[in-house]
Amino acid sequence: MLTVATGNKAVAAAVKEVRPEVIAAYPITPQTEIVEQIAEYVTSGEMAGRYIPVESEHSAMAACIGASITGARTFTATSSHGLLYMHEMVNWAAGARLPIVMANVNRAIGPGWNVWAEHTDAFQERDTGWLQVYVSTVQEAYDTTLMAFRIAEHNDVLLPVMVNLDGFLLSHSMQSLETLKPGDFIPPLRLPHAIDVTNPAGYGTLTGPDDHFRFRWEIEQSMRRSVPVIAETERDFAERFGRRYGVAEEYRYEDADVVVISMGTLGKEAEVAVDLLRGEGVKAGSLRIRWLRPFPELDLSGREIVVIDRDYSFGFGGILAHSLMAKSRIEPYSVIAGLGGQEVTFDDIAGFVRNRQPGSESWFGVKGNV
Amino acid sequence: MTEIPKEEYVLKCTSACAGCPSSLILRYVLKAAGPDTVLVVPACCTSVIQGIYPNTALNVPVYNVAFAAAAACASGMSEAFQKAGKKTNVIVYAGDGGTVDIGIQALSGAFERETDFLYICYDNEAYGNTGMQRSGSTPIGARTTTTPGGKIHAKKDLDAIVAAHNPSYLATACAAYPQDLFKKVTKALSLRGSKFIHVLAPCPPGWRFSSEMTVEMGRLAVKSGMWILYEREFGKVTINGPSKAAMIKPVPLEDYLAGQGRFRGIDRKAIDALKSQAEQRAKHLQKEAEGIC
Repeated sequence: MLTVATGNKAVAAAVKEVRPEVIAAYPITPQTEIVEQIAEYVTSGEMAGRYIPVESEHSAMAACIGASITGARTFTATSSHGLLYMHEMVNWAAGARLPIVMANVNRAIGPGWNVWAEHTDAFQERDTGWLQVYVSTVQEAYDTTLMAFRIAEHNDVLLPVMVNLDGFLLSHSMQSLETLKPGDFIPPLRLPHAIDVTNPAGYGTLTGPDDHFRFRWEIEQSMRRSVPVIAETERDFAERFGRRYGVAEEYRYEDADVVVISMGTLGKEAEVAVDLLRGEGVKAGSLRIRWLRPFPELDLSGREIVVIDRDYSFGFGGILAHSLMAKSRIEPYSVIAGLGGQEVTFDDIAGFVRNRQPGSESWFGVKGNV
Repeated sequence: MTEIPKEEYVLKCTSACAGCPSSLILRYVLKAAGPDTVLVVPACCTSVIQGIYPNTALNVPVYNVAFAAAAACASGMSEAFQKAGKKTNVIVYAGDGGTVDIGIQALSGAFERETDFLYICYDNEAYGNTGMQRSGSTPIGARTTTTPGGKIHAKKDLDAIVAAHNPSYLATACAAYPQDLFKKVTKALSLRGSKFIHVLAPCPPGWRFSSEMTVEMGRLAVKSGMWILYEREFGKVTINGPSKAAMIKPVPLEDYLAGQGRFRGIDRKAIDALKSQAEQRAKHLQKEAEGIC
């Protein structure tokens, strides 16, 4: 069905289609619309799941964990401070191998209070064992939320998945949306280690170094196994529903001499910048990273790279830029831009490309920088 | 005498200390609950007592979870079981630190939502698992590793906090009265909604008394009026037999304190404070039991 929706409403609509048994959530700007809409679906009977209105994000993830270990499908959504408040349980969910799906509406972290888009919230959770994907349109938010359940619950993976969408820029933007009936695209959840009172077991028992080490290696193996599962899920999604995204979305990339690499809604802005630059005779292209974990293997050799980070690791640098430097052995021009909802237009991005200084870092809009 | 099942769910291979009240309490809790039960355990002595992976000394599924998260985790579990049409008992088994301090927000949320579960706080009045640091449940005058001069603040009134949530059932119990505990767990699990049992757990290494004295120490706690056995069912208070007797003729508080190394050197002021708190608590509960307040 063709409709219009915000990014938040699209996520809620996708969750409705996959029918989680338990949703536990706590409201936070700019995520609120997701949990309000799901509460509405549950109240009206459009969704048969249990909605637990918990008293904190720590409890939201704890409740999802308690439900998930019984074999139930679970969902939650949060943002920024909420995500950081649940940090302990975010780790727990991955360590317990629970296929929880969470939408995170990317927002800056205080102080001071700032409710606008920034990726630092989710980037701070990048080492927890969650798969992380970042979307750029309302349709992609919907499609990716559907795919997230199938990927998380795949028995080669059994790790939680975080679907990230930019606060306000996407969460509150109205765009066209085609909703679907996923049918058997998402098979029933069969959690192999679900609690069984007829076969009592200890979960998360005191664990010595050897076993702890092995369990961490198993998470890493599952993370690696998720690469083909993501590919297969995207392929099947494209066959059934006609849309394909990939681990990174390319735009005029094939013959590009200079490539803008970014994430989230900045990626769509970068595509307009590429068209502008092409008009000026610059062979520019764009690569929008979707999956941060598992981190994509990209061959970027022979091109100049401009990386835009909507995040920062103090005393280190742009996290995406440095990840690409380490993984793809490039010397990019690293631009820090868009923190706390700073407006970054296609003109600005075209400017980054025109003024690029490979091997250096610039903070957009800061005096003495770009 | 209540018929207590012979089935054991706490097997003879725990890593509990000698004379451990927590494993004693759990033994009777699980006998009352039976096999269709899941325990949710936050960080506490029971995290260790149950044994080391891949072994477990508990013959029901145990979900170990982060310190602050037990009640919230149980909320999710309870809802999921209900959604699946299962009647499995969900029981949180948590220490006092995980209940009165770091876990109280989750506890309050779960009780406000009338989560269908039983929350048991076994209270040894300090962080036992980490070597006896003070908790909000440590009484005035007690020495712990972080109150080496004796605690200067009163024990938090957990029961009043829980009672303010109007749970279906609230009771206190004591490791020294297993029949009473068994009956209370059985009753709690027969009711729907949020149930709470607060069990005193006299801890030999923590309270510094000899390990064969656990039961005796629990009896002295009740007989001196320092611990009152009662039930609050849909708001109605019933004071149980041993505490009724103690209210008529208590043993001196000093008899209870003298046997415990943690109270060695306690000053008069702290003893008076303990006495006055115990008396006030007893008076208040008696009034409630008589329907006066």
